[in-house]
Amino acid sequence: MSEQFPSLKLVPKAEAPQSAKEFKTDQEVRWCPGCGDYAILAAVQAFMPELGIRRENTVFVSGIGCSSRFPYYMNTYGVHSIHGRAPAIATGLASSRRDLSVWVVTGDGDALSIGGNHLIHALRRNVNLKILLFNNRIYGLTKGQYSPTSEIGKITKSTPMGSLDAPFNPLSLAIGAEATFVARTIDSDRQHLQSVLRAAAEHEGTALVEIYQNCNIFNDGAFEVLKEPGTRDEALIRLEHGRPIRFGTDLARGVFRGADGELTVGEVTADNESAVLVHDAHAAGPATAFALSRIADADTLHHTPIGVLRQVRRPVYDELMADQLDTAVADRGEGDLAALLAGGDTWSVD
Amino acid sequence: MTSQVDQSEAVDGSDGDEGGSGPGGGRSGPAVPVGPQHRGAKPIRRLDRVIIRFAGDSGDGMQLTGDRFTSETASFGNDLSTLPNFPAEIRAPAGTLPGVSSFQLHFADHDILTPGDAPNVLVAMNPAALKANLPDLPRGASIIVNTDEFTKRALAKVGYGADPLGDGSLEGYHLHKVPLTTLTLEALKESGLARKDAERAKNMFALGLLSWMYHRPTHGTEAFLRTKFAKKPQIAEANISAFRAGWNFGETTETFAVSYEVPPAKLPPGRYRNISGNLALSYGLIAASRRSGLPLYLGSYPITPASDILHELSRHKNFGVRTFQAEDEIAGIGAALGAAFGGALGVTTTSGPGVALKSETIGLAVSLELPLLVVDIQRGGPSTGLPTKTEQADLLQAMFGRNGEAPVPIVAPATPAECFDAALEAARIAVTYRTPVFLLSDGYLANGSEPWRIPEVDELPAIEPDFATGPNREDGAFWPYLRDPQTLARPWAVPGTPGLEHRIGGIEKQDGTGNISYDPANHDFMVRTRQAKVDGIEVPDLEVDDPSGEARVLVLGWGSTYGPITAAVRRVRADGGEVAQTHLRNLNPFPANLGTVLRSYDKVIVPEMNLGQLALLLRAKYLVDAQSYNQVRGLPFKAAQLADVLWAAIGNLDEEDNR
Repeated sequence: MSEQFPSLKLVPKAEAPQSAKEFKTDQEVRWCPGCGDYAILAAVQAFMPELGIRRENTVFVSGIGCSSRFPYYMNTYGVHSIHGRAPAIATGLASSRRDLSVWVVTGDGDALSIGGNHLIHALRRNVNLKILLFNNRIYGLTKGQYSPTSEIGKITKSTPMGSLDAPFNPLSLAIGAEATFVARTIDSDRQHLQSVLRAAAEHEGTALVEIYQNCNIFNDGAFEVLKEPGTRDEALIRLEHGRPIRFGTDLARGVFRGADGELTVGEVTADNESAVLVHDAHAAGPATAFALSRIADADTLHHTPIGVLRQVRRPVYDELMADQLDTAVADRGEGDLAALLAGGDTWSVD
Repeated sequence: MTSQVDQSEAVDGSDGDEGGSGPGGGRSGPAVPVGPQHRGAKPIRRLDRVIIRFAGDSGDGMQLTGDRFTSETASFGNDLSTLPNFPAEIRAPAGTLPGVSSFQLHFADHDILTPGDAPNVLVAMNPAALKANLPDLPRGASIIVNTDEFTKRALAKVGYGADPLGDGSLEGYHLHKVPLTTLTLEALKESGLARKDAERAKNMFALGLLSWMYHRPTHGTEAFLRTKFAKKPQIAEANISAFRAGWNFGETTETFAVSYEVPPAKLPPGRYRNISGNLALSYGLIAASRRSGLPLYLGSYPITPASDILHELSRHKNFGVRTFQAEDEIAGIGAALGAAFGGALGVTTTSGPGVALKSETIGLAVSLELPLLVVDIQRGGPSTGLPTKTEQADLLQAMFGRNGEAPVPIVAPATPAECFDAALEAARIAVTYRTPVFLLSDGYLANGSEPWRIPEVDELPAIEPDFATGPNREDGAFWPYLRDPQTLARPWAVPGTPGLEHRIGGIEKQDGTGNISYDPANHDFMVRTRQAKVDGIEVPDLEVDDPSGEARVLVLGWGSTYGPITAAVRRVRADGGEVAQTHLRNLNPFPANLGTVLRSYDKVIVPEMNLGQLALLLRAKYLVDAQSYNQVRGLPFKAAQLADVLWAAIGNLDEEDNR
């Protein structure tokens, strides 16, 4: 149970095993029929009992957007806040209440556009937050404008002649922002999604999980190549720590490091089999993870890595903050209000 | 020892804000030598009050010099009031008018309210300081100048064609020409310091000289310098040597014939310390945390003139205080709100531009109905405005600056020391009513200081968080918006409480259950209920100071104008005028008796450091002809100026009667 989750070591444990049903609320779920969010919600609800912590010590915080309705459907504590600010609000909560498991649910517009600043600073601070970024590469709730992850030239209501701005790569951004845990998964692959959630929950510090999520109304099929049985094996790279990075039918293809240090994708042969890059999620330096985050073909999404790209240990902000409080008390004693008020130069009037 | 200064008038009739002649003030005219009292060979004069202004270049250490003189004065037991005034630039171009930094201190043997209208003594460290400050100086005042800085080049830099020290333009002032730099270098020639380093101690020489002139105790400053430069003992000793040399210079040379004494003030009994508004506010927040049992969580982003609160609270982690320097203003308040959701006393500190950025989150806090303190240390606006100068032009921003109907209670302290009580009051309202609360201070209160009677901890009000601990419905359910019928406050159920799991958000919610609701009637009801909750907050009735009961003119202020308004009222009354005074500390909701008070007078004058924001609210709410008197100069009102306004109001009424 939660011994497995060092990031939850201060969170009270549940007295009895829980079920997915206990994490469902009585609220009617109001996403569009066919939305990828349903699958993610079901996967998360089914996963939560695995943590073995008390439901009342779990909090979901979200911003604004379709994905941000998520907390209303989780029978935990929850805050549906304002656009882009969920990481900031969650930071205040997680850094003052280390007995809570705090999750942030956000989208590509919420996290990367209006809330970009809060996201990068949460990542560099390494607050004990688990951030689930539902990336559908479109604005859904405002009815279909291009988002910061939309491909260049995207035709939308606000870009009838095509969008002009280059998209963010969320994982590259996170690695550049000193993130200690960076992973990607897909809404429709429940088993993989839960395995990534598990790894994120185990991680001490901020975990960023990008979830490719289909918006069947405004950007349908954006990740179809990664899901379609006929194409997915060729398109997806399933990363596993300590294993050679191979993919495709019969694992015929692999990732290699070229003479210039760049990563390339190529056919695996008997001659080069030993040269296939072995995935090291715990590598101290971010360079290989960064390169992996960009190895997919931007146009076709071919050879898109999923799984944990990077997981490294670094001191956790809320722990450091608590340590400073403890140190202050150890050095100077518990604060004495009367002494504080009467400090400095004083004088008496009779 | 006898004083020739009329004490009774000074106490009852005057705040002593007029610059008297000579190096001391006093409405009764020039100070008079006290017969037999001599220190050494020099006579001592007794004064009831003095206003000193230290002025120099931004790099001359004038703020430190003023702070030290203030500490000495406080420990001596005078009543005092201070006004630091400095440019926004850390080091504006040396020797220029925009680079002048000054510190004014008013101290007295009686209760005073303002840093004084006009200095009795100006210490000018360079020509720019003289030129920038001379217009404020009444004839007969003393000027101490550092002659070493009056070079041709320095004079030309500020547009002096001729040397004002020699061209007769300063006749009518008591001019003391002191080569402060030369004397400091002379005093430190054995110190081994490079000339440039030694020169920097000249502010301590000036402090020593002034300390001698006004009989200030010196051990505090020496101890301060030893602590401040603990890691650089050579610098500490040099500063102390310069400080002592300044003192000895006054004692032994012919330049200064007399010294002055201002006896301690007769304040109400108790133990006192000198305190600035920002320090008092910081202590008030810690006290509120202790009195409520809620851990203090400050989410803040550096901004002048509020940053000192972040600095101060960061020093008190042993009180369980968490300070979070956020990536921006929005994250500062966001983190504070998140902490409040978790059961902390969430606070964010900022100034006007920061409030603008936080507005959406304040609206969220209104909707979530969570306790949150928003501390706005107002400064000159709009936009970046005058970062280091004071103004009270954020009242309407605090009142209305959000989308939708989003009422927020507002508390405003009147003096630096009152910032302590205001923090406790704001926390009481926030916690009791589950609402964000604005605390409106300003740059003048923040940096100004005055003696503060240190309260006993037991005297401080207790604040009851009254967390929800169990279901509030008979069927065992928990409704997060089921309100207390008296206060209309909703239950505060913090994560970790079993059975009370709930979701709240910025979308309109159904009364009671808190579930999302777009129902028109429900929205109408919720908007009105949130307003009714704030309108129903219990705040103390307004007290009116109207000693004779005959006044027909009422002067009403809010915030830091309290000092100059009260000083002006004293002046008018001392000269036989009738004027009533009252001061608002709760601006939303207003005290219940405000309407009655306003209607009890023929004329209501509202002085504000804005273009009439409170007056607008009073006119709208009470349909009274409140008349504004406004100034937005980045500086507090002067008592003499407001006294003229009050006399004019009294005069106008008399004229109308005679028509």
